[in-house]
Amino acid sequence: MNDNVLVKVENLYRYYDDHCAVQDLNFELRKGEILGFLGPNGAGKTTTMQILSGNLAPSAGQILINGIDILDQPKRAKACIGYLPEQPPLYTDLTVDEYLEYCACLNRLPQNKLLTARNFSKERCGLKDMGHKLISNLSKGYRQRVGIAQAIIHSPAVVILDEPTVGLDPIQIREIRSLIVELGKEHGVILSTHILPEVQSVCSRVQIIHKGRLVFNDSLTGLTQRMQSTSLLLTCRQIPEQAVIKALPGVNAVELIGNRQLRVHFDAGNNPAETLAAEVIKRGWGLLELTPEHKSLEQIFVDLTTADETSGPTPIQERAA
Amino acid sequence: MMIFTIAWRELRNLFLSPLAWCVLAVIQFIIAWIFLVQVDNFLKFAPTLANMANAPGVTDAIASPIFSTASVVMLLVVPIMSMRLIAEERRSGTLSLLLSAPVSMTEIVLGKYLGLLLFLFIMLGFMALMPLSLAIGTHLDYGKLFSDVLGLGLLLGAFASAGLFFSTLTKQPVVAAVASFGLLLMLWIISWAGSGDERYSPVFHYLSMLDHYGSLLRGSFNTTDVLYYLLFIITFLVLSIRRLDAYRLQH
Repeated sequence: MNDNVLVKVENLYRYYDDHCAVQDLNFELRKGEILGFLGPNGAGKTTTMQILSGNLAPSAGQILINGIDILDQPKRAKACIGYLPEQPPLYTDLTVDEYLEYCACLNRLPQNKLLTARNFSKERCGLKDMGHKLISNLSKGYRQRVGIAQAIIHSPAVVILDEPTVGLDPIQIREIRSLIVELGKEHGVILSTHILPEVQSVCSRVQIIHKGRLVFNDSLTGLTQRMQSTSLLLTCRQIPEQAVIKALPGVNAVELIGNRQLRVHFDAGNNPAETLAAEVIKRGWGLLELTPEHKSLEQIFVDLTTADETSGPTPIQERAA
Repeated sequence: MMIFTIAWRELRNLFLSPLAWCVLAVIQFIIAWIFLVQVDNFLKFAPTLANMANAPGVTDAIASPIFSTASVVMLLVVPIMSMRLIAEERRSGTLSLLLSAPVSMTEIVLGKYLGLLLFLFIMLGFMALMPLSLAIGTHLDYGKLFSDVLGLGLLLGAFASAGLFFSTLTKQPVVAAVASFGLLLMLWIISWAGSGDERYSPVFHYLSMLDHYGSLLRGSFNTTDVLYYLLFIITFLVLSIRRLDAYRLQH
């Protein structure tokens, strides 16, 4: 086995009664990767995270954490994982310091490394001055940070974060995101979210899960390629003649969207921007704007998740719906 | 040892809430009241008792009634203290901290149990101090006193294990409290049934917690009684571990 592989999931299934929440999931996480786990609500993200962290047992399949089977040797495997559930598991009666020390003890850190680990993880999560505060008095953003601090206190190989930025204000979101990028340098990070820009700004690899199945698994560059434009926005001073533009090589269709604005669709890899600009100038329409339109991650997401529905669901899925 | 880490945290968490202090104070007050009444009664009847041939001593007259009342009070108190052990953690989502940490289910259950037991033993210690304080002025039957303390200790251990088990069954602490109180009370009074029936009454008497406690209070140390409590505790601890394990398998 490649020793860079931190998490290896094979043929993972999870049923709740006869509802299949996760089916036939296969993926790997390598060192230094931030894996974005995307999916609509109820897609099976949280279930997968819970299984990976040992909170739930899978119905079938194998999970290797750092090469250790989590079912055979749960203690050893769990020692390599830091997990932040959707709801941070905080004892609100404790102060931040007390709580983090307890977490360090639970993760079997030796007594002499306890304080160093606590201070280090506090520093990384921006909790330096919060040590003596009661967790119940902290704001949601700070609680989230304590949750992350708890997950990284034993510097695990794999950090699993389940929707870490939910309910935070934009500044806190930015801070948490930069923290995640920071973490991704030394740990393998699995990040579950349904916020698409978050994935674009943070992750190095993206997986989209829908109805318990993996429908997309690619690197961010692969995703960007898929997002490449297949349309141009054209704005002119005068109303351009649609027929002229449609006749240009590579152009598939033209639609009028504003008063003087056109959307020009073209075949992928055959961008007519240059000839289009020349044509507009030649005719003296007065070129104001010519921009390539990017397919948004949303679009890909919607494409993938709706395409799956038309391909015919299995009987189990039908019951689930 | 992970068990002690969890137990220590559990105990400290108990004392962070006003509940533990409140329970300690109320119980101490009630037991102290009974202690005073018993001492008063004993002084009143001391001259009569002195003339009797086989009169009960100070320990019999004062310690035993205290411990027998304490057991009934604890029947009410332990379910309240034990109800939150797992149920609260499941409700607030903090259980996943323990489940994703490198600790086994056995360690979690034993840690929680031990934490609560330590608290109950602190309470027991304070109770035992009252009859012990009589040693300043009179001679005590330490063997009997020890038997009383041991009996209540075992009883508390049994109460706590049943409470812990019911706490693993539900997310609602109050439901856990009511269920464990129901079971404990049932086992307390079970010997009332079948008292006339020759065939079944030994079974009911064996199941009754009161009967086993009673013989320890009288100062007779029977292996059967001690084994009864140990079996009771082990059974419910094993059930709790199994239950917590099953929680991972299905929702």
